Amino acid sequence: MARSRTASPERPARKTITLPASVGVNVPRKDGRDKVTGAALYLDDLRVPGVLHGRTVRSTVANARIVSVTLDPAFDWTGMTVVDHRDIPGENCVAVIERDQPMLASTHVRHVDEPILLLAHEDAERVEAAVSAVKIEYEPLTPALNLEESLEKKALVRGDDNVFKTIRIERGDLDEAFVRSDRVIEGEYWCGHQEQLYIENNAMLAERTKDGGIHIRGSMQCPYYVHGALQVLLNLPPEKVRIEQTVTGGGFGGKEDYPSVIGGHAALLAWKSGRPVKIVYDRLEDLAATTKRHPARVRIKTGVMNDGTLVALDADVVMDGGAYLTLTPVVLSRGAIHAGGCYRWDAARIFARAVATNTPPNGAFRGFGAPQTLFAIESHMDRIAAELGMDPLALRRKNAVKLGDVTPTGQVLKESVGSHEVLERTAKRAKYAEKRARYERENAAAEAAERAGKGAKDGRRLRRGIGMALAMHGAGFTGSGESKLNSLAALDLTPDGRPCVRISNTEIGQGTNTVFGQIVGEVLGIPHEQVLVHVPDTDHVPDSGPTVASRTLMVVGGLIEKCAKKMKEKLELFAEHPIEGGADFARIAKRWLKERGPLRVEQRYQKPTGIEWDDDTYQGDAYGVFAYAAIAVEVEVDLDTAETKLLHVTTAQDIGRAIHPVLCAGQIEGGTLQGLGWALMEEVRHKDGKVWNHQLTNYIIPTSADAPPIDVEIVEIPYSNGPWGAKGVGELPMDVPAPAVIAAIAHATGCRLDEIPATPERLMRALQRRGA
Amino acid sequence: MDAAALVPCTMQVNGDARTCAITPATTLLEALRYTLGLTGSKQGCDKGDCGACTVLVDGVPTLSCLTLALACDGRAVTTVEGLADKGVPHPLQDAFDRTGGAQCGFCTPGMLMSAYALLQREAAPTRDEISHALSGNLCRCTGYTKILDAVELAAAELRERAK
Ligand code: FES
Ligand code: FES
Repeated sequence: MARSRTASPERPARKTITLPASVGVNVPRKDGRDKVTGAALYLDDLRVPGVLHGRTVRSTVANARIVSVTLDPAFDWTGMTVVDHRDIPGENCVAVIERDQPMLASTHVRHVDEPILLLAHEDAERVEAAVSAVKIEYEPLTPALNLEESLEKKALVRGDDNVFKTIRIERGDLDEAFVRSDRVIEGEYWCGHQEQLYIENNAMLAERTKDGGIHIRGSMQCPYYVHGALQVLLNLPPEKVRIEQTVTGGGFGGKEDYPSVIGGHAALLAWKSGRPVKIVYDRLEDLAATTKRHPARVRIKTGVMNDGTLVALDADVVMDGGAYLTLTPVVLSRGAIHAGGCYRWDAARIFARAVATNTPPNGAFRGFGAPQTLFAIESHMDRIAAELGMDPLALRRKNAVKLGDVTPTGQVLKESVGSHEVLERTAKRAKYAEKRARYERENAAAEAAERAGKGAKDGRRLRRGIGMALAMHGAGFTGSGESKLNSLAALDLTPDGRPCVRISNTEIGQGTNTVFGQIVGEVLGIPHEQVLVHVPDTDHVPDSGPTVASRTLMVVGGLIEKCAKKMKEKLELFAEHPIEGGADFARIAKRWLKERGPLRVEQRYQKPTGIEWDDDTYQGDAYGVFAYAAIAVEVEVDLDTAETKLLHVTTAQDIGRAIHPVLCAGQIEGGTLQGLGWALMEEVRHKDGKVWNHQLTNYIIPTSADAPPIDVEIVEIPYSNGPWGAKGVGELPMDVPAPAVIAAIAHATGCRLDEIPATPERLMRALQRRGA
Repeated sequence: MDAAALVPCTMQVNGDARTCAITPATTLLEALRYTLGLTGSKQGCDKGDCGACTVLVDGVPTLSCLTLALACDGRAVTTVEGLADKGVPHPLQDAFDRTGGAQCGFCTPGMLMSAYALLQREAAPTRDEISHALSGNLCRCTGYTKILDAVELAAAELRERAK
């Protein structure tokens, strides 16, 4: 949308880019019509004859030895399939990075809601009743329920120190840098769990195939993750496992690794019963049992000069991984690498640990560890500004990275550095300086009036404030991740001569399929509608890697662009003339199919030159490139109720190139609101290790009435290795809202919270402590 | 299931009389989705919190997960499948599609029904009125901006048509 997009002055002159007809245009979504008419079929919309309904029996204690599992003889078990760990044909594990998590607990449970037994029946109500007819006896053990208890080793959940992973990033002479600094400023920051809260709960359907394999359909981000996990679980060769994505009602990371669990459960029930089995979680179960954002504690010590120049950073990051490893080391890695924020440091040391607790395993959530450490460093920037008496914007301006600067991992920022651009544009668009001064004036006037007994007529004591935040977000897998993934993408021709994109990356709402149509259409010079995108189905698409880490467009999009170029070259050579539009393409394609047979082109990921990473020292190019975001949040706080109302949000984000501006703005708006929710209201509360508020009545996410107007400006500073210059956009917007909200509240009230969410309860306590 | 416990229920669904055999405890959402095969209406919580199951009963937006099907016996029920006119999407559907109001699409059917009911009673709602009318429908993807844009756009188009 034109109003939310501006070309950047740093964008190369147009002659260097062939300006495409489809790329950069807001074409209709491929899945749009089906979604607005109700025709799109999500997993629970499929009609499967003879299907059984599956249910999971879960633990009720956080740490215990299982003494016995008994099926109540008074219950009628006729027609019920019952599966426990002894029914597993392969290895009893959820194979992700490690194999530490059992698919079904056998001797011990390490968190509440850990799966122990599976049940399936034709009648959904009977199976639900059966869950309470399973009696489990435990010998309880002392649990470690949060990261502090884990660090204290209140219980040993993992190894002899509870540590899943430790990362050290060191650069420069830290001691010397602190000695040289005018001041040392310290802070400690906390953030809690957050639930992804896709509106479609996790759902999977499993069926045995005639050839002795398994076919799984369901709501997921990464079919090949499930494919890998199921081979291990069922002891099957790859070709006997088929994983197919159905239309997916949101993911945000919550359907990155968890589908291997629910998919594995459905598969075990199908394996034993010989019938198709569907497991559809209800909201209570999904909220209580599935992965969440890792809670974190970040301690920061910085050395700064009196003029605001940042010198030294010493950060200590601890994340709570929950009871099993899942993706925790990778989450920690991203969190650690982002802990220095978007700034230059002469010397930095980042020490990061992920620890195990007796709580449900945490996993992927948009931003993947970075929002936690960025919340800390951005909050800390505001603390530095306050201590130095500097404007927070001026402090950021002074220290934000520029082209050629070096990050704590030693990565030289060689191109596409939008930090200053997004900062300035946000400040200007939000009228930051003017608003800041105005709110200060108005707040002072209100306070004076209240003192004089002449407050607002309705008696409310309202204060307004504006806060900013800035972040950079590495796009694609961290470090050597992309090379290890070794992604393969393919493009072929359907019998009727249409190009068909074959990738395992999934449409989960972000618009992937539409954008892939644009890319191929653009290269081939044909209408994007003519391009098909195959359903991610491991029988029919190669492994182009998972749909995570803001990599789909930037990395896989690049592979598909290359595929399309290869196809174009082949067809043009064959036709002996350039392709002239859609009809011509179809003619040539059909002739090729007739004369030469099928046409399929492939492209494997190749590491761009000049990118080096060392996993042992954590030094090198952590990412091919970073995307940049700045935000300004305006709030109004009621001093008596401590409620915070979001007034307005302005954000500028450098994403390289917007292939489809409306979809990009959609990502930014949606991610921003998730960040605002995390900052203000989303709090997972536990009681004895059990998620206590596992329903939408008390785990609150923003509604349309809570959502502020979000003014988005897309900045485009192209990246040479992204298709048409594009960088990842999926996670970036999640990075900035939370610290900006806290800064705005501090500006409004003078009260700075170091822990989110800033619920009225938490803010009230802080206001009372300060004696407001 | 005990077949004897089934009772007949007849509703005008999207303009057609539909009869189904259900238990007295069957919710309207279950009857629509699993008995009548109209899976457009979604279940996001089954507790009245998310709005994904919103349909119109006699024109009034109703959470079908909290409504017994039998309570709708003899009444008119409109679901997302009933919005299009002979295969032509309603301007509201079209507007959601064009503005990016539907991402994952799971909240969309319920959102559309709430918006439709709003536009039935108010041809020119303000942005605040729209966001208020939709505040019972959760969306986790869009941040709501493009949903509000879509309703404004559809309202303008419908007003234009009515001229
Ligand atoms: S399913 Fe009815 S309100 Fe959520
Ligand atoms: S579009 Fe996904 S929940 Fe609204």
